[in-house]
This record gives sequence, structure tokens and C-alpha cells, in this order.
Amino acid sequence: MTYDLIVVGGGPAGLAAACSAWEKGLKHILIVERDKELGGILNQCIHNGFGLHRFKEELTGPEYAGRFIKMLGDTGVEVMLDTMVLEINARHEVHVISAAKGYEVLEAKSIVLAMGCRERTRGAIGIPGDRPAGVFTAGSAQRYLNMEGYMVGKRVVILGSGDIGLIMARRMTLEGAKVLACVELMPYSGGLMRNIVQCLQDWDIPLYLSHTITDIVATNGRVSHVTVHKLDENRQPIPGTNLEFDCDTVLLSVGLIPENELTRAAGIEMDPRTNGAYVFENMETSVPGIFACGNVVHVHDLVDYVSAESERAGAAAAAYVLGGAPAGDALTVKNGADVGYTVPQRIRVSNVPKAADVFFRVRRVFKNSVIEVKAGDQLLISYKREHMAPGEMEHILLPRKLLDGVSASEITVSAKEA
Amino acid sequence: MKYDVCIIGCGVIGAAAAFELSKYDCSVLILEKENDVAMGSSRANSAIIHAGYDPKPGTLMARLNVEGNAMAEQLCKDLSVPFARIGSLVLAFSEEEEATIRMLYDRGVANGVPGLRIIDAAEIREMEPQVSKEARAALYAPSAGIITPWEYTLAFAETAVRNGAKLVLNAPVTGIRALSDGGYKLATPKVDFEAAYVINAAGVHSGEIHEMVAAKTFTVMPNRGEYYVMDKAECFRANHVLFQCPNQDGKGVLVTPTMDHNLLVGPNAVGVEDGDRVNNTAEGMAFVREKASKSVPGINYRNAIRNFAGIRANTDKDEFQISIAADRFIDLAGIKSPGLSSAPAIALEAVRLLNQCGFAPDKKAHPITTREKKRFRYMNDEERREAIRENPLYGRVICRCETVTEGEIVDAIHSPIPPCSVDGVKRRAGSGMGRCQGGFCGPRIVDILARELKLDPMEITQDGVGSQLLLAETKREVTE
Repeated sequence: MTYDLIVVGGGPAGLAAACSAWEKGLKHILIVERDKELGGILNQCIHNGFGLHRFKEELTGPEYAGRFIKMLGDTGVEVMLDTMVLEINARHEVHVISAAKGYEVLEAKSIVLAMGCRERTRGAIGIPGDRPAGVFTAGSAQRYLNMEGYMVGKRVVILGSGDIGLIMARRMTLEGAKVLACVELMPYSGGLMRNIVQCLQDWDIPLYLSHTITDIVATNGRVSHVTVHKLDENRQPIPGTNLEFDCDTVLLSVGLIPENELTRAAGIEMDPRTNGAYVFENMETSVPGIFACGNVVHVHDLVDYVSAESERAGAAAAAYVLGGAPAGDALTVKNGADVGYTVPQRIRVSNVPKAADVFFRVRRVFKNSVIEVKAGDQLLISYKREHMAPGEMEHILLPRKLLDGVSASEITVSAKEA
Repeated sequence: MKYDVCIIGCGVIGAAAAFELSKYDCSVLILEKENDVAMGSSRANSAIIHAGYDPKPGTLMARLNVEGNAMAEQLCKDLSVPFARIGSLVLAFSEEEEATIRMLYDRGVANGVPGLRIIDAAEIREMEPQVSKEARAALYAPSAGIITPWEYTLAFAETAVRNGAKLVLNAPVTGIRALSDGGYKLATPKVDFEAAYVINAAGVHSGEIHEMVAAKTFTVMPNRGEYYVMDKAECFRANHVLFQCPNQDGKGVLVTPTMDHNLLVGPNAVGVEDGDRVNNTAEGMAFVREKASKSVPGINYRNAIRNFAGIRANTDKDEFQISIAADRFIDLAGIKSPGLSSAPAIALEAVRLLNQCGFAPDKKAHPITTREKKRFRYMNDEERREAIRENPLYGRVICRCETVTEGEIVDAIHSPIPPCSVDGVKRRAGSGMGRCQGGFCGPRIVDILARELKLDPMEITQDGVGSQLLLAETKREVTE
């Protein structure tokens, strides 16, 4: 049997994509999930703050996942748990293995990639020092704490101010640990403002911007001390600015990387700016019939946006299966001044309903600023923003009418002070 | 009981000696100070089986390197150790360095290294498109290879144990006393052991062990080297082991693919006081990046997945310290580079020295000389189907980056030398070696270790003694 759609990953992105494809009329849909339950990383995010946009209320991660799992229960979508996808290819074959069923090659008319992301590690940023136990990525510490019921440490220094690190600062504090400092390489935080306030400031945890860990010292195989230095404008440690912390744990919240090994191996074109696939306006990748959504495409700040994006991907997969491939030339969306990337990177104007969603992140902190979309020197449209920061994803809607009038082959999104 | 032979240290040298001796009718004891084998230089090095053109002709290093290199291929096949003879290039960037590679060529020929050739810039380009265009010529040594060094050590040690050798972990030798009947009493913190013959394979501590029975003849001068391990995405940067010309700082920084298709970059060479401390330094890492860029300019360090450092057991002598150091006491000491390459040949040398001491046991009729190991990630589709049919745990992937299954992890935990730490499992099964560095699989490995060893998760260590991962339980529900 050939599935209409196989969704790789049963986290928030995969769940939303599958539900939406079902709603749009696909009948044979399968979600392949490597864990023993659906929900993905939401299951270990037991704090609240999820769903404010989507459900207009504050849910915990498992509650948010639960809403979608319940919706899925009302559909005929099949789910394979505890099953790993080893390979996908442009012929829409999906190689999977599981303890229950062994090795299988499944076929599908369309595929949605929803594998999520992983955390950057100590090795990726090259922190000098000993390499003892006690250095964890914030997410693995979160899993130990919230899923397994263990504390990874009692005196903690956090490197990086990504959202998971901030959430873990509060979580570890609530469990009785002493969080000594949160140390951020950049002059601004990588996380959401609300998390800085609620997870650090409310608990008197100092945030050291433009600082980094320059040494980790071990005693008997476990972290016992870290040294932190202030950085100059070239991000080099300034001698004499060292702060010394006796601690048993270092948590790293230094970035997330979309997990695209399957994508690359399938020969799908990748965008080095996002570490995700190049996608069109409907989240289709460079391989027809293979779509991608959620953190595997670009790292989101709020799961609500993941759900929305994934519903578009699921609907597009349904349209692909039921109606064939969308036609039309693609407009390239480029990132201009102070914009790190855009998703989508390509827009087939003829395939845009009323407007095209464009997401991006700015490269620095802005106050009282403006987002400009241009074709060459011609300003197409601009959007005012009171505040923008790299930790927060930006979203604009490009009206179809506007896009229809563009004769150039590319448009540019940039940010500047108003 | 009194053992025939006690080997001190279970790095690759001690393990290879144990493997060789375990083919004979004799009782072998191995004392290792750490909680696993291959915990010193044997797990943190360049993972190269050198061709043998570096050491000066006439030295033990020259002979044992070339012999060890020749032995590696069959041994690795028999013992299921990842090894590939990918060949090496020593790159020359100046006229002076061209003279150096000609000198190395002559040395290599004198040492009996097969197939050496000096190649020109055009041929370098053809073999290595990513190498700097500044490279003018290179010494090509087709017999050089890459290996998984801890696996080499484990293969020797496990096979020795299966042949009846006794391995005692967590047993640092704190004193050695000669017995009146000619043997030795070896003190460790918990128990004393007796053996008729002793082999000192204590690596960076081989000087201290030597001095427990004999006058000082050499000084160990620990020397640290730091490395980068790069994601598989960087593996295309090198097809061969890419050396620079040796200079006063050692063999220079190399760039090489690894058996797991990562790229390894390093090392520097810095003398250190503490031979057990393998920390990375900002200066060392910057030095490695800068030097490596001379060979391969394009390496993208955003794709780094790990740094590590290892210690060379250098001595004040430019030679392995292999000799009968005292009555019935053999030094396999000061084994620096090319020690890994020479290991199986050094083991044969150890047996010859024991023979000279008058110990000449008979060969066992049917010693075990092979070892099998299932690696799911290297199986083809049919082998994978079969492996899962045989054991459904091979269908559950635990380490997603390296595609390591629960079957392999459980097999490792019940192997002849059972690991007790997450890194012990990592060295045996390959879990956690990949780009997420155990971020995802770490908690699951802890879980499986605790389940299989019937331990509390809080007892599970990352690596050596004391490296507990979990320090407390979370708050519990209060029930009245």
C-alpha cells in the first residue's frame, strides 16, 4: 500500500501537519515517531506559557501536545511509535526500523519532514578546560529533571541565554539548586524577554552579557569550578575581568540546530543560513512532494507558530496529492541588512492564496524600527516594529496583490531604525 | 594464587601483551588503575597506524612500527576492529621541507616501509582536492592506516580475557616487592597480588612503576596534545592522513578522516606536569586551528563536535624503553608515538623478553584469536533485517546520530569486559560519538545501564570513578 502522506516525527510539527492533511481530505496518513509516545520535546517542557496565540490560554508543554494528540485521535491517521526513520529518498520511500516490526520500506505519495532540532554542544563552541561529568545541554538536563526525576546538579552556571537555559534556571531553582549565573556571549539575550524576566530576574539570578566561560575545572571527575571572563568587541576575553564560580554543573543553552541528516541524504537542497531545507511558500522543499515544517526548517521561538506553519505544510501536502504540483515561476526572497534569513526562501506567486507568510530573525536588537521589503531599489511595503531582537522570530504577510505586481526575480527583506 | 605473569596497565600495550600471552599455557593477570581499559593515551590520540618512515633507522621504534603496521590488517580483520589502510601524505610547503620529505623517504626505505613515493603538486591535487595549493610535494606512504584505537585495545583485552586472562580494574599498583622465590608481590589499595613475572605497561606512569623495582634509567615527560573532532559533514576534506613536516614540536598538526567518517584535526604538543590531566586550552585549540589551516584551509569549525586532549608518555630518551629492567621484570615503558602502531609487535617483543628471562610456556592448542562484533550502522539492509529478526532490540535505535541500537548497547554491557559508565558504553557501541554528543541518548544509556547492571541511576558515571551524572532525586509527592 502507498500512503498518501508519511510524516517523519510526531512532535508539535508532525502532529499539526498530519491533522491538517486529514482535514484537507487525505485518507492514508502515517506518523513515524522514534519515541515511545507522541508530543516530541513538549513532553519535557512542563512549564506553562504554551498556546497563548493558538488557544488563547496558557498551557504546559504536555497539555499543548495533548490538545493535538486528542485532535489526531478524532482522525484516521496511523501512528508508528518507537520507530526510527533511517532513510528517505526522492522516490518518496521511507526506510524505517522498529523492534516490533523490523526493517520496512514504506512508500508515500508525499512526505512531511518534522524531525525538529538538536542542541549545540560544548564541542561545537569549544569551551576550554577539563571534560568531566556535570556539563549538560539544558535540554538533556531538562529531560533528566522532568522526565526521569533526577537533579543533574546543585550549584549551577548556565552558559547561553537561550530559552531552554532560562527555563532551566528557574526549574533548577524551584527544585532547590543554586543557579549562580547565566552567562551570555552576545551583548543581548538569545531568549524571549518574558523568560529573562520570569526565569532570571524574578529569582535574582544574574545575567552576564558579553561574557563567556573560559575554563572548566574538574575534581574527581565532576565539575568543581568555572572561570568566566568579560569579552571585548571582538569577543576575546579581557584579562583581569574573571569571575570565579565554585559549582558542580554547567548547563549549555547555546543554540539549536535543525536536525536534517535525513534531508541532506535525500538530496534536498539546504539553506546554510537556517541549516534547514530551502522551502517554497507552501513549505515544499526542492524535491516535489516532500515538505518540511517546524524546527527542522528554522528554529522557532513559540510552538504556536510551529503549529501554524505545519498546518500549512500538511494542507499543501494534501493539495499536492489531490491536485498535483503547483506551477509557476518562483520569486526568491533574500535576507537584506540585519536580517539573518527568511522562510520561505522562494515564493511561487501563483500558488499564494491571499498573502504569503514570511518569517525571519533580525541580527541585532532594534528599538522603534522598520522592516522593509524591496524589489531592487523599489520599496514594496514596510512594517513598523517597536522592538525586535534576535531571540524573537518576526513574521510579515506579503499580500498576493503586491507580489503579483513584482516584475523582478527577487525581493529583499531588511530591517533598520525608523 | 600466584600468577605466572602480571601486566601493569591495560592500555593498548598492556592489552596487546595480554592477548599475545593468553595464547600460551600460563596464567595472566592485568592490573588497571582506572575503571575501564584504554583510559590513558590509548583512547586519546591521532588514531593512526603509522607507516614507519619517522623513526630513525636502527631504533626499536623503527622496527616495531613497521612490524606492527604489517600485523594490523589481519589482526583487525580477525578481531573486528575498524581499520583502513588509507595511506598518508607528508606535505612539503617549501624547498627546505622538500628536503625533509626526501630525508623521510630515505629513512622509510631503510626502515622497510613499503610503497613510498614522492609525489608532485598535481598528484596531491588529484588525491586531495581540499589541500592547500601551497603544497609543493608530498611523501606518499600507502601503508599508513586509520583505526579506532580504544576498540583495538578492547579487542586485545577482551580476547585475552576470553582466553582466561584475569583483568582487575580500579587496581592501581602502589608498591612492588620482590619475593624470595624470585617473583613479585604487587600492592593495590584493596588486595595484594603475586606473580612470577611482571610486565610494566603503565604508560605515563611507567617511570614510577620501573622505579619500584629498579634504579631510574629514564624520565617520563608527559606531553599533551589537543584535538578537534569534526562532524561527518567535514569528512570530505581529507582522503588520506595529511601530515605536515615534523619539526621540533613533534610530528605537526595532522588532518585525517576517522573510521566513523568524522574529521580529526590536531594535535599540538605541550610538556605538562600532570600526566593524568587532559584538559583543553584556548591557546592549544587556537594553535591547532591555525596550523591545520596551512594544510587544509577550508575546515569549518562551526562543524566541530568535540575537543579532546591526550597525553604522550614521552621520555628523555628518543626511543621506546623496552628491556628486562630487573630479574623477571620487563619494561614496555615510555611508549610514545608510534606506540599504537607498534603495539602488536611490542607484544611479540614482550614474549621474547620473557623467554630470555627463562619463561617459555607452551602454546595453547586452540587459543581464541577472533572476535565478532555487530555494528548496525555498517550493515546492509539484509543484514539489518536479519539482526532485528535475531534480536528485536537491534530494531530500536538509541543513538540517533550514529544509528546505534539497544541491541548493540545491551551486547556491550554484557561483553567480556563489561562497561560501567556512559563513556564505557560509548567506546564499545559508538553511542554518543555523534553530533549531539549524547545529548539525546545520554539519559537512555543511563537508563539501560542501570537496568542491565541492576544499579540505581545515581550510581552511573559519565566515565571514571567519581563522575556521577545525577546528584539527587527531584522533590517527591508528599503522601500522608
